[in-house]
Amino acid sequence: MENAFTIAAYVVAGILFILSLGGLSGQESAKRAVWYGIVGMAIAVFATIVGPGSGMWFISLILIAGGAAVGYQLATKVEMTQMPELVAIMHSLVGLAAVFVGFNADIMINYIGNIYAGEGLVLGAVGDDGITAIGLPKEIYDGLSAFGQLIAKKSSVEIGILRVELVLGIWIGAVTFTGSVIAYAKLAGSSSMLPFNVDTGANQLPGGHALNAAAAVGSVILLAMYLGGSGSWTLVLLTLLALFIGYHLIMGIGGADMPVVVSMLNSYSGWAAAAIGFSLGNDLLIVVGALVGSSGAILSYIMCKAMNRSFVSVILGGFGGAAKGEQMAVDGEQVAIEADGVANALNEADSIIIIPGYGMAVAQAQQAVSELVRKLRAKGKNVRFAIHPVAGRLPGHMNVLLAEAKVPYDIVMEMDEINDDFPDTDVAIVIGSNDIVNPAAQDDPNSPIAGMPVLECWKAKQVFVSKRGQGTGYSGIENPLFFKENTRMFYGDAKASLDALLPKID
Amino acid sequence: MKIGTPTEVFEGEARVAMTPDSALQLQKLGHECFIEAGAGMKAGFSDAAYKEAGVEVIKGAAALWKSVDVIAKVRPPNDTEVKRLTKGKTLISFFYPGSNEALMEAASKKGANVIAMDMVPRISRAQKMDALSSMANIAGYRAVIEAGNNFGRFFTGQVTAAGKVPPAKVLVVGAGVAGLAAIGTSTSLGAITYAFDVRPEVAEQIESMGAEFVFLEFEDSELPDGAETGGYAPPSSPEFQAKQLEKFREIAPDMDIVITTALIPNRPAPLLWTKDMVEMMKPGSVIVDLAAERGGNCELTKMDEKVVSDNGVTIIGYTDFPSRMAAQSSTLYATNIRHMMADLTPEKDGVVNHDMEDDVIRGATITFEGDVTFPPPPPKVQAIAVQKKEAPKELTPEEKRAQEVAAFKKQTTQQVVLLGVGAALVLGIGLIPGMPASFMQHFIVFVLSVFIGFQVIWNVAHSLHTPLMAVTNAISSIIILGALIQIGSSSLLISVLAALGIFMAAVNIFGGFLVTRRMLAMFQKS
Repeated sequence: MENAFTIAAYVVAGILFILSLGGLSGQESAKRAVWYGIVGMAIAVFATIVGPGSGMWFISLILIAGGAAVGYQLATKVEMTQMPELVAIMHSLVGLAAVFVGFNADIMINYIGNIYAGEGLVLGAVGDDGITAIGLPKEIYDGLSAFGQLIAKKSSVEIGILRVELVLGIWIGAVTFTGSVIAYAKLAGSSSMLPFNVDTGANQLPGGHALNAAAAVGSVILLAMYLGGSGSWTLVLLTLLALFIGYHLIMGIGGADMPVVVSMLNSYSGWAAAAIGFSLGNDLLIVVGALVGSSGAILSYIMCKAMNRSFVSVILGGFGGAAKGEQMAVDGEQVAIEADGVANALNEADSIIIIPGYGMAVAQAQQAVSELVRKLRAKGKNVRFAIHPVAGRLPGHMNVLLAEAKVPYDIVMEMDEINDDFPDTDVAIVIGSNDIVNPAAQDDPNSPIAGMPVLECWKAKQVFVSKRGQGTGYSGIENPLFFKENTRMFYGDAKASLDALLPKID
Repeated sequence: MKIGTPTEVFEGEARVAMTPDSALQLQKLGHECFIEAGAGMKAGFSDAAYKEAGVEVIKGAAALWKSVDVIAKVRPPNDTEVKRLTKGKTLISFFYPGSNEALMEAASKKGANVIAMDMVPRISRAQKMDALSSMANIAGYRAVIEAGNNFGRFFTGQVTAAGKVPPAKVLVVGAGVAGLAAIGTSTSLGAITYAFDVRPEVAEQIESMGAEFVFLEFEDSELPDGAETGGYAPPSSPEFQAKQLEKFREIAPDMDIVITTALIPNRPAPLLWTKDMVEMMKPGSVIVDLAAERGGNCELTKMDEKVVSDNGVTIIGYTDFPSRMAAQSSTLYATNIRHMMADLTPEKDGVVNHDMEDDVIRGATITFEGDVTFPPPPPKVQAIAVQKKEAPKELTPEEKRAQEVAAFKKQTTQQVVLLGVGAALVLGIGLIPGMPASFMQHFIVFVLSVFIGFQVIWNVAHSLHTPLMAVTNAISSIIILGALIQIGSSSLLISVLAALGIFMAAVNIFGGFLVTRRMLAMFQKS
């Protein structure tokens, strides 16, 4: 039985969670905010174990301890460049947990239903007033677990709603689970965390979106059948369909859109928790689920806006349909340069802006970049970083990497803060980014990324692009920046290039 | 059309409005060219050279004026010349219609069309025929040369076996075309050059020419904006002038050469270099006053004369600098005329189409078919983009208030609409028949939480989005509560599933929070 203490503890936990998210508005307050979250979680778990979950508290504690050990290993071993993968795979755990809890609810309903049948009663039958459920005899009722008692009290309408809620929870949880696993695989891509390589491009089975739509329609039909009392097999089938949707949906989305996908999955895991909260009648689950859900939704919205794409077109995968016309041809050639040339330009420059992208993360070049910045700053040069909102594979990915390499956060600027400064900048260095510095977004209305806000680095007096080789980036769009007169291509692995460059800066 | 150029009758004028080169170009437009015998002699163009270029040489001014349709010359016509104009003839020359009204009246009575080269609007398209600029360029250059001629020392500093020579210090007042040309010449001769202008936006141009901008501390709002007056400096306020003179007084004793070029259209030249400033200067210093024709920027300037002050400062008030470099200035001026003719004969068929709808032609035409058409209406295209001023500063408090109210109203309507839709949705769900109250209670909690989530997340810093995801990931494992509640069930299946759920959620809780802490610990200020 949920007692008053548990509910009171939930209120405290809920407030702590809200403060925890609100505290992320600044770097310093964020450090405090994490503690709010941790304490909130501790209170919530403690209150549940001593209250409604007291049945097997010992086993629960052991399981939590085991999970803690695994979580600790994961969190301390992971490289900062692998953050996107870690976040993605952890979403899948939440999704799976939601599926399990949802199934449990269904099993419990059937179990209680059987008890009712054993007594010659019908679960959910209502008394004379039409609202209050006819309860079980007291001795049987008292013998039920807390969750069982909750169900046993419900009227048939409430049972119906409960079923819708748990189906929603299972469905969203299942989509989150496979979606996150696929997102993880795509993000891990060529990295060593996976034994095999996953194609990071957008791949769909034949049938494309029609397949997704069919699976969704199938889910609705199964939901109707389940509510009609067709039994738990409909629920299993529905889960399988949801798993397929999650898999197929994310398979169809290109690697470049992963920041949106990850935040979207984050949102889903929240909604799944909220749906489960409804079916369990647990307000804290609802509150936290809603917080997480809306947080993920806003992040997705911010990412989409940064790419000038509609959310729907990202989710449906690929770069929003066919190009509207012939893309502008790019003339000129890419002029290569060696480390000496770059070093000379850097030694003479007064103001430098560095634009990091996913390529820096892949090459693990953030330490070398940081070292370069330290050297340049020691000479009194104005060195800053320009971060595009969708740089990397996770919202804010670059900030975390630079922070890891001990780059002070006050020289790391957002796009809007720094875009006007490029004309006064001597040297812009592009390290492993492509689409976010593509002038075609502004110049070529037929470009697939037309209208996307980009960093206008070509307005700097000179631009160096550190890139592994010729060829287009993740999205496969030709970048006219590389052909501009003031652009020099610094070919090679970003880390190796920077290491060659460092001793030449004096 | 027949285009002819007479010899300049103004005393001392050496320029000529047509050169053999420009004549060749004019012929390509379909015109025939005529020139008075000896017209180009002073500028170094012989009659033979003209003949070679296909120009017909005519003896005597009267014969030339009679035989051509378009007369191109340099100086404004004198009375005799105006009398030679007849109906239908076109005269192209400097005219200064603002101060030569009687002459303009006389010309219009004659029925001639007069195009004043000094009235060409200062828009980009008309730069090729902007004779004032090309003459000013020469004047600026020549002013420095003339100053050097009268200055007893080197411009550049030198350390020689015979001793050290300090560099000359040159001040250029007014950074128009002439001023900038003077700055360029002076710096390339090696002098330390200072320049002043009332338009703060030219500081960059001055510095680009290698001079140092003499900075005047003054309220921004009181500074004149050159864009409104077609690129010329407008008259300045008395306070500003006082500040300006004070600054000049401060630097006057250090200056070896002062070149003043300040002119305001259709007004006497402003007085910038007073007698006491001249007295402060070292003996042997030179002042070149390019504004002498309009009274001079220097108090002691005498027009067309070189005077030496009591303390030995030479003040040059010549007005014929371009004429002193006649070959160069004739070439440039003839090219300006040629471009004007090109605009007048757009079809290149030798037929003049005097298009009064054209901004440039309309602006430069001062008499047309018997009517005086001066002053012209403002050009449709503004000469220079208006300087961007901070808009909020210009708003009155009432306007600001109105804007705020409008923004507030907009925000309010937006919010009310959103609230209305939201409320309708919630009410709609509540109105579904048989909707149990227990569900509605949870539903309200849900809606409020979503609302709080939206309010809170918008404030999260962009750089903290990754930690945000890690935190929300960690707290979304609140799902552990559901599993904890269920694990105590009597059904083994439920217990096993719940146990798995607890384990996975626990991984997530610890992993998520730890990773977040790791990330945040790395953020540090420089």
